[in-house]
Amino acid sequence: MPSKKKQKKLGKEKLQRIIEMCMAIENHTVDPFLLDIDNIISVIKEYFPHWKQPDELNLDAETIHHLASVIKLQSEWVKHRSTSLYTDPFLLEEKITQASKEEMISVFLKAWHPLVELEQLSLHSLAEATRYWKTLLPLKERWPELAVPEVAMGITSRDELIRERIFGDKVFSEELECYWQELKEKVKEKGRDGKVLYWDFIGAETYEETVQRALLASFLITYGYATLEIYPLEEEIFIKPFEKALAKIGTQQSISIPIAVTYENWQKWKRGELD
Amino acid sequence: MRKRRGVYASKVKRATHMLFYRRHQKPGVKGWELHKALGVDYPKVLGILDDYLKSLDLQVKTVFEEEKTPSGKPSVEELDKARFYITLQGELTPKETKMIGWRIDDLAGLAVTISYIISKKGQAPRKDVEELLGEKLPGWKVGLNIDRYIRYGYLQQDDNEQLYLDWRTRAEVDEKALIDLLLRSEAQTTLLSENTSEEEGAEEQEGE
Repeated sequence: MPSKKKQKKLGKEKLQRIIEMCMAIENHTVDPFLLDIDNIISVIKEYFPHWKQPDELNLDAETIHHLASVIKLQSEWVKHRSTSLYTDPFLLEEKITQASKEEMISVFLKAWHPLVELEQLSLHSLAEATRYWKTLLPLKERWPELAVPEVAMGITSRDELIRERIFGDKVFSEELECYWQELKEKVKEKGRDGKVLYWDFIGAETYEETVQRALLASFLITYGYATLEIYPLEEEIFIKPFEKALAKIGTQQSISIPIAVTYENWQKWKRGELD
Repeated sequence: MRKRRGVYASKVKRATHMLFYRRHQKPGVKGWELHKALGVDYPKVLGILDDYLKSLDLQVKTVFEEEKTPSGKPSVEELDKARFYITLQGELTPKETKMIGWRIDDLAGLAVTISYIISKKGQAPRKDVEELLGEKLPGWKVGLNIDRYIRYGYLQQDDNEQLYLDWRTRAEVDEKALIDLLLRSEAQTTLLSENTSEEEGAEEQEGE
């Protein structure tokens, strides 16, 4: 007598297989009548009393839904067969392959009634077009050139660029190194297994600062100072610093991972809802 | 009475202009456009025009939305959603098909493709159609022809490379008649060899 847990697992696997089969039928790769509906329903019935968790009930509902689609396809098939338009595809295919070009043409011409349409200029449309042309303003008048003020060329200093926030006040590599050290310390303080939650690292007092930290974090990862660990089911993203920066950047094909650093997410993080 | 007849005459003229001259990317006119231009009695106007066109071997063809041809008399709502075309009422001779820009090979390919898709309940993988056409047409031509049928609106293809019948087939081809005729084609032998020999080796002339 298998244990309850084993039986549940077996039931889930069976339902998954039924869903896969139904989906293949829905995609027209398998004949809908290959599925024994009565047998499937008895399987669903057999395992239904075991389902307690929402995901289990969801799987059950999904199976029923796909089964209903297959029954619909079967009904459509029966309906099509009962119409006068139905012909055995094998018979028809045989006819098509055996018929000569001339026979095909002869048959098709009896059932083909091509569309009739005309394309012709009329005196009226020509007169209309001429009137339009006469009243049309020249391009120069319709699209006047934009008056762009002339500005003298000059040079800018590094301090000015820092003031304009185009450059940071440190050399970028230095800034990145500092940031890497900060990550390592954060992991020591708050992290576990050598990693820390991504949002706990990039999150700052202001949204602007958070975005800036997220940008720097992306460079840390790209340049081999750290890596990301993503757990999609738990919806958790961790950032993990390397002890030494990886030297072999670009030897492996890199992938891009988009992470939304939106204002809403930042607010959620501030409220502690993003952990 | 005479005034009323005059009104209908002018409406028939207007309907003729709308139906014969292409107004949109696709030919044909939607029912609601005719309703707006001709008034609520536009089905009657189309009836008069159809009667007149019969003598010219033409007809007003109605294609209902999503192939939902009503069993009885269609309602104004159904007609408003339908599309109207002018099509040939009778048949073209093989020589005439050449005049309107079709080579015998291409037309036979179209006939085979449409019949095959109908037999497969209106949907067939492009690969299967290519294999079928490839039995009698050179490989390089098969893909080109299918693309051409798609471009003309006879077929449409989805992202999974499945082929379906498109608006032009619904407007121009009597699907039931085609299948019936094909199944009875054994007894028929048409002498078209003179046209075939003329066609073979001739340069392709597409009227695009």
